[in-house]
Amino acid sequence: MASTEKYLRKTALPHIWCPGCGNGVVLSAIVRAIDKMGLDQNKTVVVSGIGCSSRASTYLDFNTIHTAHGRALTFATGIKLANPELNVIVITGDGDATAIGGNHFIHAARRNIDLTTVIFNNSIYGMTGGQSSPATPINSLSTTAPYGQFERPFDIPALAIASGATYVARGTAFHTEMLTNLIAKGIENKGFSVIDAITQCPIAYGRRNKLRTASAMLKWQQDNSVRIEDSKKMSPKDLEGKMIIGELYKSEAPEYTALYDDLIKRVQGGSK
Amino acid sequence: MSKARLMQGNEACTEGLIAAGVRFYAGYPITPSTEFAEIFAERMPKLGGKFIQMEDEIASIGAVCGASLAGVKAVTATSGPGFSLKQELIGYAAIAEIPIVIVNVQRLGPSTGQPTSPGQADVMQTRWGSHGDRGVIALSPGSVEESFEIGVKAANFAEKYRMPVVILLDEVIGHMRERVELPEQVEIVDRKGPTGPPETFKAFCPDDDDVPPMASFGSGYRYHVTGLIHGETGMPSSASDVTTKLISRLHTKVDKAKADITMYTELYTEDAEILVVSYGGSSRPAAHAVKEARKMGIKAGLLKLITIWPFPDEVLIKAAKNAKKIIVPEMNYGQLVTEIERYVDRDKIVSVNRIDGELFLPDEILNPIREAAGGAK
Ligand SMILES: Cc1ncc(C[n+]2csc(CCOP(=O)(O)OP(=O)(O)O)c2C)c(N)n1
Ligand code: SF4
Repeated sequence: MASTEKYLRKTALPHIWCPGCGNGVVLSAIVRAIDKMGLDQNKTVVVSGIGCSSRASTYLDFNTIHTAHGRALTFATGIKLANPELNVIVITGDGDATAIGGNHFIHAARRNIDLTTVIFNNSIYGMTGGQSSPATPINSLSTTAPYGQFERPFDIPALAIASGATYVARGTAFHTEMLTNLIAKGIENKGFSVIDAITQCPIAYGRRNKLRTASAMLKWQQDNSVRIEDSKKMSPKDLEGKMIIGELYKSEAPEYTALYDDLIKRVQGGSK
Repeated sequence: MSKARLMQGNEACTEGLIAAGVRFYAGYPITPSTEFAEIFAERMPKLGGKFIQMEDEIASIGAVCGASLAGVKAVTATSGPGFSLKQELIGYAAIAEIPIVIVNVQRLGPSTGQPTSPGQADVMQTRWGSHGDRGVIALSPGSVEESFEIGVKAANFAEKYRMPVVILLDEVIGHMRERVELPEQVEIVDRKGPTGPPETFKAFCPDDDDVPPMASFGSGYRYHVTGLIHGETGMPSSASDVTTKLISRLHTKVDKAKADITMYTELYTEDAEILVVSYGGSSRPAAHAVKEARKMGIKAGLLKLITIWPFPDEVLIKAAKNAKKIIVPEMNYGQLVTEIERYVDRDKIVSVNRIDGELFLPDEILNPIREAAGGAK
């Protein structure tokens, strides 16, 4: 990955992630997608929240900002609206994006502002040691669900679609090439893009849930995902408990900052 | 061609911010600050600036921080409940050294309290509301004209010292109408930019004034911003010396600039034996009371603070030189008075308070002045 090395801050390494953590895999998919899309390094901003996953911004050589827990999308909205020329990529965790940041998530989607949001979805609060997140599957164990999770999880892509995102995809750390392509397509979309990147946290999730090793978790990702093309040929019964991966949704809608630029033209063109 | 206009404090403050170059507003409506959002919504596109109504007050200050990093001067306005919500990110802007302005048009609280009534009970929240240690700049105008001037100053201070600056308005000043003459030109301060090439730029390496130069996102200067303790490059660190240095500097950059930041007005303080210390809405009946007292032959004086934080201790000590009594009217249960107690003899201090959502009547301040002067005169 020589061509992508220039996007990494070597002085910031080594990273803080545990051995076997999937965050590094998702991060390299982002970097490869940026490279694939040929984004200008000086015109690309990476914004993250707080969590293991959100530490990723530290390792990237762009204008990067590690914000507060749940608030990455608010900063990203301000950056993009203030200077729409910038490519803005948001890195967030499942808790960061859909618990504390859930309100910002649905409103950024509603506005269809041109941000590419990659959710490092490890089904758990990794940074704080394994508490339940809104993506923790029913019956799994966490430190705050010691008798098993009984709250229903979010279907994150469905939430994004219902809220107005114009590009929604799901990938996994196992299917790295696909993940790279999905992120690249998200960057390409002029609007709010969400990539739900299923990744493994062997330490705070796997250990408690009979998936002790990273390889066991990756195998789980492989065994339990169905490509969207294939899913169309399968019965609802066969799809039960499976994750559908690939490009899940794409639509056309006016983008927020473009609408604002039109407004400026309209207002300034009218009465001076 | 500066024209006299009748305007509200909120409106004048907005004009001041715009005159200083603010071109980005993000906010969430709340009485009695909503005029800020409404005026910015109307004015920004005309000036090529941006207005966005966010989903809540946290989102608003987040967006404002983002806009500022992208190089655009940015402001958010709110009142009590919204100011509480913003506290975490005010601390973020402090440690990440992001120039922003936060307007709080104070109303009576706690909680929803009395939404349309004035209060001054957020003085200590402004100082200590966000967790952790840091220096604070907060300015409280006492008239419509001052609301304009403070709008300009707040934006300038944010840029100059790379930090969040709070404008503490209150419902009295915010909604009061006065005739004002707005200057055609104001002094504008922009943040200092990098002097060297991107390769040698360190986003958090301070100059002698303890303020680091700042580069806009997208300008070719790539760097990292974080709310974690960080060194001069912006990279996180938990080293003890790095931590001490950063936390100290968040204070010393304000301390060093105290003379520049300190603003106040005085009325008959040279020989004042009874000194009234007030600010914002309360300073208006206070001024009235002091003038009445003078007519009665009482040597009363008024120190009206515009800068609340950093607290103007030296100004207070000087004005209180001859004072036998110091009367402190505030629309709260007694907040800034506790700071005043740190610098002058406690026994001399009389705290005068209204906590019912009403502004003082001049007599309510005149009576304690007369009492202090030795009974009814
Ligand atoms: C306001 C606030 N509340 C709580 C925390 C503590 N906290 C830090 S990270 C985190 C959860 C992280 O989970 P997730 O977003 O899923 O990211 P992960 O660590 O799993 O990558 C929490 C609760 C915080 N930093 N700030
Ligand atoms: S706790 Fe989990 S998510 Fe966090 S670094 Fe370790 S493996 Fe990764």
